[in-house]
Amino acid sequence: MSRYRVAVQVVPRRGLLDPQGKAVADALHTLGFGGVAAVHVGRHLVLDVDAADADTARRQTREMCERLLANPVTEDYEIAEVTPS
Amino acid sequence: MKFGIVTFPGSNCDYDTFHAVVDTLGEEAVLLWHKDHDLQGSDVVILPGGFSYGDYLRPGAIARFSPIMQEVVQHADRGGPVIAICNGFQIACEAGLLPGALLRNASLKFVCAPIHLHVESTDSMFTSRYERGQSIVLPIAHGDGRYSADDETLDRLEGEGRVVFRYAPSALEAEEAYNPNGSMRDIAGILNGAGNVLGMMPHPERAVDALLGSTDGLPLFESILQRVAV
Repeated sequence: MSRYRVAVQVVPRRGLLDPQGKAVADALHTLGFGGVAAVHVGRHLVLDVDAADADTARRQTREMCERLLANPVTEDYEIAEVTPS
Repeated sequence: MKFGIVTFPGSNCDYDTFHAVVDTLGEEAVLLWHKDHDLQGSDVVILPGGFSYGDYLRPGAIARFSPIMQEVVQHADRGGPVIAICNGFQIACEAGLLPGALLRNASLKFVCAPIHLHVESTDSMFTSRYERGQSIVLPIAHGDGRYSADDETLDRLEGEGRVVFRYAPSALEAEEAYNPNGSMRDIAGILNGAGNVLGMMPHPERAVDALLGSTDGLPLFESILQRVAV
């Protein structure tokens, strides 16, 4: 059993209105960053997971995303990295 | 009839609901603690408004795993009536009792105001004491009330007459923006497929006393009494 650090990104599903992202984009435009075409604001979660190997940690995290960490109706998730910790 | 009102950590409309049921409706009510596994013989379960678990992760996402929710889901599966108001609506969606999800208001603002609604269906056990198409006023108070679902789900809700309340313009302000949160198709309240679970963002329990501005919430509770007579 080893400990892995798993990073998960959860973002609003593309196509759904994301008022928070739009507000941030508007603020960036005000600052002069006119090249910002769109912003999506989501969550970044960092988990320390004890598992037999990295694949198991990833698989367990995927199940956590399906059942709790992301809302399947409105959000997409991505397991960004799994590293020994 | 006995109403069971669930108190989650962070619920803040449980006592308003208790007051509406006991003092205004004259029925029996019991407050159910979220850690319990017992509905105490409740005929109707109410998931009240508030900020359960501080809205951590997403509104309702943690509360749906409270022990009492297993009993609430079983009660709903048996056909028992459930009224899910505001944060309760968010919890019911997270728990899969109702389709869709409630997202941050399009304005990004918490909106606390009386709003106009159309009663779209009077066939349900929750709305039989209203007139079809009746315009009513109920208070809302939420930051995450933008009902969202995919087109197929929305079409099914509408096709099956499961959209019971819709945000609507008042006669006086027909041109004003009337949808307070950007909900898809102006949806304010829906039913599950079997018709025994109602989810709605407006607060009927805060509109049962003329002294407080509106009694338009009262027929909702009276409808249940009529249809679920014990």
